[in-house]
Amino acid sequence: MAWEVGSGLTISAILLVVIVTAAMLIWVERRLLGFWQDRLGPNRVGPFGLLQVVADMIKIFTKEDWIPPFADRFSFVLAPAIIMIVILMSFSVIPFAPGLGVVDSNVGVLFVLAMASLGAYSVMLGGLASDNKYALLGSLRAAAQMVSYEVFMGVSILGVVALAGSFNLREIVIAQEDGWYVIPQFIGFVIFLIAGIAESHRLPFDIPEAEQEICAGYHTEYSGMKFGMFFVGEYLGLVLISSLITVLFFGGWNGPEFLPPIVWFSAKAFFFIAFFILLRAAIPRPRYDQLMSYGWLFLLPLSLINLLVTGAVILLEN
Amino acid sequence: MSFLFYAGGAVALISTLFVILQTNVVHALIYLVLSLLAVAVVFFSLGAPFVALLEAIVYAGAIMVLFLFVVMMLNLGQTTREQEKAWLPPRVWLIPVVLATVLLSGLLSSFPANSIEVTEVGVMEVSGLLFGPYVLAVELASFLLLAGLISAYHLAKSR
Repeated sequence: MAWEVGSGLTISAILLVVIVTAAMLIWVERRLLGFWQDRLGPNRVGPFGLLQVVADMIKIFTKEDWIPPFADRFSFVLAPAIIMIVILMSFSVIPFAPGLGVVDSNVGVLFVLAMASLGAYSVMLGGLASDNKYALLGSLRAAAQMVSYEVFMGVSILGVVALAGSFNLREIVIAQEDGWYVIPQFIGFVIFLIAGIAESHRLPFDIPEAEQEICAGYHTEYSGMKFGMFFVGEYLGLVLISSLITVLFFGGWNGPEFLPPIVWFSAKAFFFIAFFILLRAAIPRPRYDQLMSYGWLFLLPLSLINLLVTGAVILLEN
Repeated sequence: MSFLFYAGGAVALISTLFVILQTNVVHALIYLVLSLLAVAVVFFSLGAPFVALLEAIVYAGAIMVLFLFVVMMLNLGQTTREQEKAWLPPRVWLIPVVLATVLLSGLLSSFPANSIEVTEVGVMEVSGLLFGPYVLAVELASFLLLAGLISAYHLAKSR
């Protein structure tokens, strides 16, 4: 077996690295939040608290995995599996470096959008199966938020697709060798960033699980590893959104020669992960109706105008 | 590719059957999503990846989410399940099964012996057709959507 696109070794390595990164983010996030809020964060377990994740994992695996007797078992068990599966599937089209990836698909961008839209089922089924009013409220919010922001997410990428002339993420990266798309597509980048936070329902857009209002929202009734899958699924979503921003707007693996491509990719992706964590530390949650009207009344027209102008410029240049 | 076609087709058939047989509405919807995804796999195996992903995005990812949304609001409980059971006693199945068997056996006997020939139709070709010869149909469809949009606005407008 060799290091090439789609070989068994590559696929296993990517799967392992992605999951371990997502789990390590639990520690990274708490340490960074501690740093920005002028406190220590977890620093007891192992050097710099690095083994905190191991301790958390032992705890989460040994906890009682309880299914409430009033819950709908089938949907209750299915919901956390969906979020893990769709996000891990999305990683299959991400080009990490030349010759490093799972598939080289001609419709990669659409595949990511399809998986993101299927992710909505996870939170909806989770809330519905729990048979709990907080969970139901949370999943209603989540469903409306994810379906709405999916639209702007899709439209905001189309400018990049039009410039690169391809839905293939690998070709989009290669097309950025002369200049990153963040410069011509800055508006698209900002909309994609905002929609990405809303899609992965991270703070400040974690209204579906706002603990001050509705307990923990759609995963109120979950415990043990099922809760752990929602939890790690959220971090996986964070890694995915950061990787997508890197690939679509910041030239993917492109960078000066002195470092290998995969290092450039990881550095850019980690920069955005840290940026998302900083957003969590810095910005409070908006009200739910503000979030929805902001999306439909401001982001949608803006992304459509961005697409129109991009199309007109491409036509004029040809 | 032909293995993918038959596997997708089989999953689509079986999950559609479960959509009809399920008495729990939410479970039936999950099977319907599975069935639509299986149809997307069938499209993919026939060399239409663009159509396959649009099927997944539009039908499985958007329209079915709205269905589930409505079911969540309705709060259907045990009474609906019993009503569903009462509507589908075993004797109802007799005639449809016989008719479907006749149709299926006819279909199977007329199956072509050679395997499927696949020509992949990419995004560019589909777009070229949509904005070339079929541009009128695209415009008509957009009229229809606009009419739907305006009526939805009218219904949802606060008085």
